[in-house]
Formats: sequence, C-alpha cells, structure tokens
Amino acid sequence: MQFLQLVISGIAIGCIYGLIALGFVLIYKATETVSFAQGDLMMLGAFGGLAGMTMLGFPFWAAVIAAIIAMGLFGVLLERIVIRPILGQPAFSIVMLTIGIAYVARGLITMIPNIGTETHTLPVPYKDQIWKLGALVLNVEQMVVIAATAVLCAGLFAMFRYSKLGMAMQASSQNQLAAYYMGIPVKTLNGLVWGLAAAVAAIAGLLLAPITFVHANMGFIGLKAFPAAVVGGFTSLPGAIVGGLIIGIVESLSGFYLPAGFKDTAPYVVVLIMLMVKPNGLFGEKLRKKV
Amino acid sequence: MRFIFKTSYAQDINLAKHGGHVFWYGLLALLLLGAPWLFAEYWLAQMTFILIYAIVGLGLMLLAGFTGQFSLGHAAFLGVGAYTQAVLTNAGVPFPLALLCAAGLSATVGVVVGLPALRVKGIYLGMATLSFGFIVEEVLARWEKVTGGNAGIHIKAPDLFGWKVDSGEGFYYLCLFITVAATLGILNLLRSSTGRAFVAIRDSEISAQSMGIHLARYKTLSFALSAALAGVGGALYAHKLQFISPDQFNIIQSIDLLLMVVIGGLGSVHGAFLGAIFLITMPQVISLTKDYLPAAVGQAPGLQAVVYGVVLVAFVLFEPLGLYGRWLKVRAWFQLFPFYRQGMFKRQKSFQKSDRLK
Repeated sequence: MQFLQLVISGIAIGCIYGLIALGFVLIYKATETVSFAQGDLMMLGAFGGLAGMTMLGFPFWAAVIAAIIAMGLFGVLLERIVIRPILGQPAFSIVMLTIGIAYVARGLITMIPNIGTETHTLPVPYKDQIWKLGALVLNVEQMVVIAATAVLCAGLFAMFRYSKLGMAMQASSQNQLAAYYMGIPVKTLNGLVWGLAAAVAAIAGLLLAPITFVHANMGFIGLKAFPAAVVGGFTSLPGAIVGGLIIGIVESLSGFYLPAGFKDTAPYVVVLIMLMVKPNGLFGEKLRKKV
Repeated sequence: MRFIFKTSYAQDINLAKHGGHVFWYGLLALLLLGAPWLFAEYWLAQMTFILIYAIVGLGLMLLAGFTGQFSLGHAAFLGVGAYTQAVLTNAGVPFPLALLCAAGLSATVGVVVGLPALRVKGIYLGMATLSFGFIVEEVLARWEKVTGGNAGIHIKAPDLFGWKVDSGEGFYYLCLFITVAATLGILNLLRSSTGRAFVAIRDSEISAQSMGIHLARYKTLSFALSAALAGVGGALYAHKLQFISPDQFNIIQSIDLLLMVVIGGLGSVHGAFLGAIFLITMPQVISLTKDYLPAAVGQAPGLQAVVYGVVLVAFVLFEPLGLYGRWLKVRAWFQLFPFYRQGMFKRQKSFQKSDRLK
C-alpha cells in the first residue's frame, strides 16, 4: 500500500516535470533551440496566478485563466523580441540567451518589494483536502495535478491531430522550408509555439504551487524536467510526459527506499544511464547525420 | 595600420606578432608584478580572484570556445580540485604535489565525463554534464568522512616545501605564476597540431574526421585538459577562501563560469581574462552604484541577477564575440581612423545546421 502511495505521489510530481518537459520539446521541435527559461516561465505563471487571486481579487477560475493567457502572450512577445533576431545562430548562443532571460525573470521577481523574497501559498479551493480510498490516502492537490495533466494532454493531442493549426505546427517542425513553401506562416507559428510552451509552463506552475509554495526559486525545478525530456527523447511530445512520469516515480521511490541523498540525484543517474544506453531517448526518432 | 613584413615561417606562429605586443604585454606584466605596491589589500584580493577565475576560464574556453563542446557542469571539476587540495593540504602534503593531484584527479573525472561526449553532442552533452554536476555536488555533500559534508571544510595555507604562503601578496604571486604558466601552456597548445585539431572539431566534426583527426581521442583530451585547469583553479580558490562547502560548486557556479566565457568572447584566450574581470568586478560596480540608485531598486536582492541576465542577453543579441569582439572593433576604429566604416564587422546572416534527418 505504501508502495502505491509513493507511486501516486511520484506520478503527481512527474506530471509537473512532464508538463515543463513538454514546453522544452514543443520549442525544440519548432525551432531546434533549447529553452532554459522554461522553469522560470513556470515561476512567473505561478506568481501571475497569485497576483490575480490575492492582489486583484479575481475568483479562482478567472485568475487561473488570466494567468495562463497572460503567460501565453508573454511567450509570444518573448519570441518576437529576443529569440527571433538570433535564430540561425549556433544553438549554444540561444541556450545562453534563455539562461539570461531566466536570470532576468528571477531577478525581477525578487526585486518586487515584500512579495518577491517571500514564500507564498496559492489560495486554491482544494487546499489540504484528502480522499480516503480504503487504506489509500489520496491528496486532492495531487489528484488535481494528475487530472489536469491528463485533460491538457488530451487537448494537446486533439489539437495536434485534428486542428489546422496543430497540423501546421507539426509540418513546420518536421521541415520548415517545405512547410513555408506550402504556405504555412512559419515565423508566426514559431511565435505561437513559444506562447503555447509558456502557457503550458504557467499551467504547470499553477498546479505545482499548492503542493510546494510560490517563491522566486521555484524555477529550479525546471532543471529536473530536462532529464524528463531526455528520457522521453527530445523530439517526442508523448515522450516528454512519459519521461516526466518515469523521473517522478523514480525520484519518489528512491527517496523512500534508498539512503538520503539519492532522491535528488536519482533523476540525473537515470538520465546518464539513458544517454549511455539509448541517447535518443525512449521515443526519440533515430537521427543520423549525413554528409 | 600596421603591416608586418614576414621573412620566415616562424613568424606565423610567434606568440608576439610584433613589437607592439611585446611592449604592451611587457607593460601589463610590470603592472601585475607591481600590483602589491600599487593597490590596496582588498583590490589585490579581487585581482587574485580574477586570476583564479581566469585559469578556470581558460579551461572552459579550451572546451567550449575551441573544441565546441559545452559543459554545464564545470563547477563539478572546480569542486573536485578544491576538495582534493583541501584534503591533501590538511594531511600535510606540500602545495605543488597537492596541486598536481588536484589537477590529475579533476582530469580523470573529466575523462569519465568526456566519455558520453563521444556518443552524444549538442544539447545532450549539456544534459550529461549538467547531470554529472548535480551528482558531484551531492557526493561532496554526502561523503562526510572526507569532505565534511554541508558543514564544509577548512583548509590550511599553502606550504611550498617549508615556506608557508599565508600573506595576501605571497598568494597573489603564486596565482600570478600559475596563471602565466597556464596561459602560455594554452597558447602553445593552440598553435600546435593538437590545438588545430580542437578547432577543426569545433568547426565541423565530419570534415575533421575526414582529415584523419581521431574524434574520440581529441574530445577526451579536451575534456581532460579543461577539467585539469578547472581543478587547478579550484585548488587555488580553496586556498584563497580558506573554507569550502558543496554549495559553492552548484549549478549557479557552472552557469556563472559559462557566462564568463560567453561574455568574455568565445574562441579567444583574451576572452577568458576579460570574462573573469567582468565576473569579479561586476558585483563591485553594482555595490558601488547602489547608493546612487533609488532605494527600491538599489537595495533589492535581485539586482545582481537582473544585471547579469540583461548583460548576457545584450551580448548574445548584439555582440556574439563578447568583450573581446568589442575590443577588436575599438582597435580597428583607432587603427583605421578615420576610415572605419559602419558595416565592417557586420554580422553575417547565418543558418543553423540542422541536426535533424533530412
């Protein structure tokens, strides 16, 4: 029973990793760049929700939706202003650029007097509730994370599968030039992908906030989403979620069954093993460079 | 504008290309040698830190700037070096021997990390080094018998065969000597066939391989050398601070090191030094200007992060060659005065080579 309990809490935190990893993968597939700012976008999303609920006095749902939309717009803006001018430069420059954005985001949040340096709790309606299912004690906050992730994944799946926009995104991520020739506005789509990634990050932040707290350094959890993305294969959307779940469960189980210290390193050990054994990840396409 | 009339091939690989180099670097050497008499104790300590970071920067520059392999876990090598030095010095091993051990152990660890680099590249390598950095940090925190865990460890002053280097000036000269040795070593390496092989790998792995460069050997070598320099830097860092704990070697430190070489200018030895100067002087500049800013901005704890981030973003967007690139432009302006044109250093439009299957 304890095992099951651990697996469930692992799945819940794994969903968060998966959602952040989803942002990495979306951006990587669209623009072949890796965004190190994803964790901090998540942090901004959580702060956005907090601001909506406490300072502006929005009701819960309105605040959540407002935060997600605001972060989506922020992502589009970010792409337009800083990312687009240097697309085509070596991937390393863009990595450094996103690290810079992350620094700025974290710094600006801590600069807000009295708010940025404190830790806050997000006042959600389902705070501290528990469901009892036989001997199993289910934390409602964790259940909400799992349910919301499932719904979001279904929505994204439907979008990529059936909507024109989603198919255009898939096309341009497979071959930008060919997509451009087919009349797909690739540049606009890249902006939208950044917006989508930022919105997903905001959702992850809002889901994570009740479990931990809202604070300026919560973006560092994004560093644990990298292993998730790598395990799933950096080019696969379902892979990101599966990778996140694997990392979450491994972390949760190793925290309990292995000596102290393994909890924080287990994800990285998993990713190192993965890189040695199968560098393309579980669901990654097999890529081979040709001369 | 200076035109060099070359009369022998040896001139092509001379370290000092012309008299101007000899003069200016000689002046710099004099300034550095006379620094203890010219600057106050505090600024001398800052200069020592610049030298230490420059050593680490040289290593990272060799790896990221010249071999094109970027490492997000370089602080781990720094940590391995620092802890080796601390443990050995406290056990009574003389300084040069401990330093060699620190460099050697870091290099060994570097080889181990370099092994995944043979299979993975680009962002995956970044992931591998990042993961490795986390694991080393955790080991340093948990292996309490040797490292003292999160409580940290104190380190005695360096012992140069009976001569205790416990004054600021003495340690400054020690760092200066090691920095000069490391710089000359790197410069010589870069003009040898090994250095050329590194640059070839950076520019195109496939063409390097076709020219007969053994990719695995050179990549591992690059990792080992880079880690060894980071280890030396870490050892000096431990001596300078006299106290080390695992959280000094975390991901933030790794990112700071990367920031240092990117802002300094990737692919130039000068860049390592300029980056180190930036990294050390920036907090000082911020704390000096703090008093002139409105209190809400000046006293905010996040100010430093914002400045670092903005500077980094600005450099990537507008000056990809970093401070050294800016210096090249300024120099060209003076050399060509008044014939400098706006578009001389125009950034070429480039297209990223896709890693995807076409």
